[in-house]
Amino acid sequence: MEQTEAHGHVIPYRVLARVWVLLILLTAVLVAASRLYHETLSVPAMLIITPVKAGLVFFYFMHLKYEKTYLKALVFMTLGLLVLIIGLLFFDVLNR
Amino acid sequence: MSSFLDEGKRPGILGWILSTDHKRIGILYLASMLFLFFIAVAIGVLMRIEQLTLNPPLFAPQVYNAFFTVHGVIMIFMFVLPGLPAVFGNFFMPIMIGARDVAFPRLNLMSWYFFIAGAAIVISSLFTGNGPPDTGWTFYAPFSLKSSTNVSLGVLGAFVLGFSSILTGLNFITTIHRLRAPGMTWHRMPLFIWSLYGTAWIQLLATPIIGITLLLIIAERLFGIGVFDPAKGGDPLLYQHLFWIYSHPAVYIMILPAMGAITEIIPTFAHKTIFGYKAIAYSSIAIAFFGSLVWGHHMFTSGMSETANLVFSLLTFIVAVPSAIKVFNWTATLYKGSVEVRPPMLYALTFIFLFSVGGLTGLMQGALAVNVQLHDTYFIVGHFHYVMFGGAGMGFLAAVLYWFPKMFGKMFNERIAALAWVPIFIGFNMLYFSMLVLGYMGMPRRYFTHLPQYHYGHTVASIGSFILASGLILFFANLLVALFKGRKAEQNPWGGVTLEWQIPTPPPTENFSEIPEIKGRPYVFNPEAPR
Amino acid sequence: MKNPSAVSVHKDYEGSKLGMWLFLFTEIILFGGLFILYSAYRSRYPIEFHDGGQHLNVVIGVANTVILLTSSLTVAIAITALRKGNRRLSIFCLSATIVLGIAFLMDKYVEWSGEIHHGIYPNSPELALRPQGDQIFFGLYYSMTGLHGLHVLAGILLLSLILVFVIREKVTGTDFNRLENAGLYWHLVDVIWIFLLPLFYLAA
Repeated sequence: MEQTEAHGHVIPYRVLARVWVLLILLTAVLVAASRLYHETLSVPAMLIITPVKAGLVFFYFMHLKYEKTYLKALVFMTLGLLVLIIGLLFFDVLNR
Repeated sequence: MSSFLDEGKRPGILGWILSTDHKRIGILYLASMLFLFFIAVAIGVLMRIEQLTLNPPLFAPQVYNAFFTVHGVIMIFMFVLPGLPAVFGNFFMPIMIGARDVAFPRLNLMSWYFFIAGAAIVISSLFTGNGPPDTGWTFYAPFSLKSSTNVSLGVLGAFVLGFSSILTGLNFITTIHRLRAPGMTWHRMPLFIWSLYGTAWIQLLATPIIGITLLLIIAERLFGIGVFDPAKGGDPLLYQHLFWIYSHPAVYIMILPAMGAITEIIPTFAHKTIFGYKAIAYSSIAIAFFGSLVWGHHMFTSGMSETANLVFSLLTFIVAVPSAIKVFNWTATLYKGSVEVRPPMLYALTFIFLFSVGGLTGLMQGALAVNVQLHDTYFIVGHFHYVMFGGAGMGFLAAVLYWFPKMFGKMFNERIAALAWVPIFIGFNMLYFSMLVLGYMGMPRRYFTHLPQYHYGHTVASIGSFILASGLILFFANLLVALFKGRKAEQNPWGGVTLEWQIPTPPPTENFSEIPEIKGRPYVFNPEAPR
Repeated sequence: MKNPSAVSVHKDYEGSKLGMWLFLFTEIILFGGLFILYSAYRSRYPIEFHDGGQHLNVVIGVANTVILLTSSLTVAIAITALRKGNRRLSIFCLSATIVLGIAFLMDKYVEWSGEIHHGIYPNSPELALRPQGDQIFFGLYYSMTGLHGLHVLAGILLLSLILVFVIREKVTGTDFNRLENAGLYWHLVDVIWIFLLPLFYLAA
């Protein structure tokens, strides 16, 4: 059965290559920040760069950017649930 | 006209255990679950005998510990959790949305295999090594890390059972999203489907947490990983957190589909459309969501911070609201309806009453000051049996009666079904209301014996358990006889209006000769139509 | 996924994709449980967790990151190639993905051997002498990278199966959803590692 019509979007090679380059660069920045700048930069770097890298993989490599809205919503719902649970847990963890 | 019960793709038993037909799979689950259910009932009765024979007790304390552990593991993981979704969800969900099967039929069969494998592993833990686990079904660390009994095996079985639940959830979500008949928008789906949808999300998202938690127990027992071991800096309270992050939403897996079934039964026998369709639909989703955020209420006395206690108590009060909304809606449906109390309706009405008792006692426990007194007492045991048994269990019984004629093409003896209700209802309340009182008086749970002042309450409870068990036996014996000797059931014995009643009894393998086109809302009753 | 036994014959590409994403959600939550533990313990043992990474081999950690990121690239190229009709490129890249996956596991073996050689493994006497924060750090390290490694292995097996299907033309440019789904799984394995890298290897 033909699957290409409605699901016609194929990610171009150059997009994939650029995303890969970006991922490698971001990894390099992350490693540099952790090794060179100690406390002040390494934690924020980790907290920002890591989700960006994951986001690049989700949106481009995993095609999420080109998927229907409901699927994007479900992904964020799942991640959001995890964040909520950690947040609730920390009401306990931080106050003991 | 041939039905799905006639010769399958392969002859005899192979045509059943290799079948990917959702209807056959539903029946496979029903048979295996009922078998396991009665084993767990028997263990429960043995526990009640232990409390009755106070001095000397009939069973050694270690045996009693194994009893309540195994009773809990079987009932929760092998009966109430698979519960209505595995049996009635599998059988009826595709039909009720106008589909021929679920989205992934082979995965569906595999889910049943996981169920059987997990059950077999748990049962095997009874007979090998140092005997069945004695930790309680909650497997709390650090005891579960140290107990010399078959904890790893029991936990592995539960892990495998989890796969069954996860895959069923995955299948149902995909099916509901993708396979609804033309014209069946979300707001034209029967409410049983809404409840299955909410349930499926919990099955999918919550179960992996218990998966990892159980794996960690095995990892600690086998490799000494140490994440819950205080000697290595681990925190047993984190075990409890992880455990309940799943196990609280799990109770909503248990109750939501039962509520959904009741929501099907009540309009049918009130001959009136359901009151507040959207309220019931959205409250199912709200329960699924908020129910994921209240787990700490199992841990109020275990050493959590005061802040956490307050937050979880507040959230627990909030989650009671959508449940209450449903009770109001069912009641409003009955008002000015033409109510016919045939057996499915009898059990459905009983559900509303018993679930309300359970729900209210749960709310009581959500209050911190009350919880300090009642935690780990028989009050809790009474509460959860009211919701799990009086609620989900009664919902299961009501659903069995409602859908039995459609599934098997045979009609059961309605008089006996109603008669069985008497010992079930009386026995149930003798057994579990006594527990509420005993707990209030201070009787601790998971104790093989008790102080003399509790003996009267225990005696009433134990006698109640015998009466209840007899009622259950009568209930299912009636159905078993009907299976072989019952008269042929008509296509629509109750006058239901959802899609399953528009197809032959029992359904043909492909469900519909032509996929229907849906033109309007469900639950539209014509008061002049013959019953 | 195909359902030849169902009476309806049409294949539902979108449904198959949805099913795979739903499965990935369960993997996210499965690892999420371990991330929950990590976050709780990091807040309890901030110093040991911060310093813990010093004991680990950053070079292998970063190398493995590059390996997995590249393998995500190759599997994505494999899908684009197949859909554009370039079977040879697809087979080549799919094979490269598998090889990179194996390389990851080999690195992991070397890394773990190193740690074990230094006496750092679950329940080791050496570890018992260290502060509790260290014991928890390494307990989580072995659990999380171990579970991740198992998933890498599963991914390698899955991709190998799909490679066979592509070679035998059971998965083609017009019937490619199984390759896409396998790719999705592999990408998630990559995403999990993206989080594991800073948590364990990139301390001060």
